[in-house]
Amino acid sequence: MELLSQAVLDYTLRNVVLGSALLGLIGGVLGAFALLRQQSLFGDVLAHAALPGICLAFLLTGSKTPSVLLLGGGLAGWAAALWVLAVLRHTRLPQDAALGVALSGFFGLGVTLLTFIQHGNQGNPAGLDRFIFGQAAGLLGSDVVGFALLGGVTLALVGLFYKEFKLITFDPAYATSLGLPTRELGILLTSLIVLAVMVGLQTVGVVLMAAMLVAPAAAARQWTNRLGRMVWLSGLLGASAGVAGALLSASRENLPTGPLIVLSITAVVFFSLFFAPLRGLFWQGLRTRQNRRRTALERLLLDAHLLANHGRLTPQELALHRGESLPKAWRHLNHLRVQGWVEPGKEGFRLTELGLRKALALEEALRPRS
Amino acid sequence: MSPDLVILLTAVLVSTASALLGSFLVLRRMALVSDAISHAVLPGIVLAYWLSGGKATLPALLGAAGSGLLTVSLVEWLTRTGRVKNDAAIGIVFPALFSLGVLWVSLSFRNIHLDLDAVLYGEIAYAPFNTLELWGLTLPESWLVMGGLALLNLLFVLLFYKELKLSTFDPSLAAALGFSPGLLHYALMALVSLTTVGAFQSVGAILIVAFLIIPPATAYLLTRRLPALLGLAVGIGILSSLLGYLLAVWLDTSIAGMMAAVAGGCFALAFLFSPTQGYLTTRLRHRQQRLEVTARLLVAHLAHHKTPVPESEIQEEFGWDARFLQRVKQKALEEGWLETRAEGLVPRNKDLGIR
Repeated sequence: MELLSQAVLDYTLRNVVLGSALLGLIGGVLGAFALLRQQSLFGDVLAHAALPGICLAFLLTGSKTPSVLLLGGGLAGWAAALWVLAVLRHTRLPQDAALGVALSGFFGLGVTLLTFIQHGNQGNPAGLDRFIFGQAAGLLGSDVVGFALLGGVTLALVGLFYKEFKLITFDPAYATSLGLPTRELGILLTSLIVLAVMVGLQTVGVVLMAAMLVAPAAAARQWTNRLGRMVWLSGLLGASAGVAGALLSASRENLPTGPLIVLSITAVVFFSLFFAPLRGLFWQGLRTRQNRRRTALERLLLDAHLLANHGRLTPQELALHRGESLPKAWRHLNHLRVQGWVEPGKEGFRLTELGLRKALALEEALRPRS
Repeated sequence: MSPDLVILLTAVLVSTASALLGSFLVLRRMALVSDAISHAVLPGIVLAYWLSGGKATLPALLGAAGSGLLTVSLVEWLTRTGRVKNDAAIGIVFPALFSLGVLWVSLSFRNIHLDLDAVLYGEIAYAPFNTLELWGLTLPESWLVMGGLALLNLLFVLLFYKELKLSTFDPSLAAALGFSPGLLHYALMALVSLTTVGAFQSVGAILIVAFLIIPPATAYLLTRRLPALLGLAVGIGILSSLLGYLLAVWLDTSIAGMMAAVAGGCFALAFLFSPTQGYLTTRLRHRQQRLEVTARLLVAHLAHHKTPVPESEIQEEFGWDARFLQRVKQKALEEGWLETRAEGLVPRNKDLGIR
């Protein structure tokens, strides 16, 4: 509670919380499309590819204003994205290899430039490498305003092209046949990811940016089968994780914000994976168990029916028939009695009215149709 | 021993060890798994540091290899649930593990020097300073670690070449023939983890991806045969290491970073100029093919005329501009399909050019 009031009043914390929330929102919304288009790792690649752009921007302008550096980073990321798309279009190289090449090649160039600057060849470089791990605590009010602007542009474009994006996501061939510029729309969507990366670099840094684009979408995907809801939910989950991570990191000293945001959203992913209705793994496991138990019980009833037909439904006979131990056969008969399918008879047990009807129905269902 | 030699041989060993495995990663469409492993080794290294209380090599190797395998298993488990796709699973798992590592470092090792930068970028320039005494010789540690790994990877590829080839190109046949592709897969992943960890002291966790992926991807653009791919990948890896080293020394900058950048440059060259599928080579080929087809069309058209056809008439009929006509005419003349006379163009032999 105290944290919440601080979040509103304290300048630094307010910026961190707002910045993280905006990042989560933008990453979530765009990530939903990236996830469905199986381009989840584009964000990771673009984030790594931004590093040489940041360094070049510094080398060329000598300025350390975040907006200038991020613009450079964004341009480099964009170049990497276009390059990956070109490689995919013109060669047989699989997508993951193309992404890996762009990621490591650009990052290598970035490290080279960064070291070149650090070795005192140009100006004072301190602070350039904060983009690697992000430095949410260093967010200024003006940065947050910038994020809000980028976020507004992103959301407006997604809203404007929602129908088109939906079509190229689910049925690109149909989109082409309708005469939509599929390739250009794909490039636009990828370029929007560049904007998200520019926001993310300052907050969570190069390495963790991947999670901001993948995790909210992956979590949202578990809760719904409709794109519209998924996009909103993804943005919402991303924003909440941003706020949660920022507050958590403010709760104690020495807690880095970026990793906490990522861990929060990862927790949401795992909760969704297990407990989302319909798709949740926990519910699925439960259903499988129930099914398995019911099938076992039905098999037992059929065996009991067979034995009862010959008037020998006793634990001994059941054990012999099923090849199991006597105590187990007793337990099994007890299961059937609890169901109300068998009752003790003159010799051993016999099927009740209910049990008989069930057994006959089962046999009918299992009879091979000719 | 000269420091240059130590660094260069280390780089050559790193390139060899990683290009051999990377080739199979690229072919199996698992290139980005290496990205995931390389980031996720951080918590393993921190754990090893925490347990052993120092920067000992062996615990770090084991811890990081363990977290590498954990990453792979988690990614595969997530993929197998069918709830997320493989690439999304990678994007969820490795940032989470990396975050755990960073968090752990900032909570427990605030005052101890466990340099995150060193984990990420490595510093191959320090290779000459870490030495070991062995059989009375003073050898750089990096030679032993990377030499051992390069040898191990080479043996793995040589011994299981047939199995690797089969399970890479036809996993179901491999399974049907009883080659247990699963086991091979985990062996490959274990080696990738070990190589990543072994190399991270030299080139860092992120740049190892460049050594693993870029040379094989470059080779992939140049050949369609597996042995050639492996050989080219190793060659390109070594070449870009050597070139990168020279450039880095010249410009006084990060050696590993420059090696990765040079490898990226090699890939860009292959993308543009690969004989089979390079961007520029295909453009050029298409242009020439178009010219040839048009020239044949022109000759076929002329063959239907009894008299020579003036160029202006051809231009009008085909809607060509003068420059294009000249190019087509040139091509047909070169091929010997055409004669020019004062009145116009005549096919040299009515059968030629139309097959």
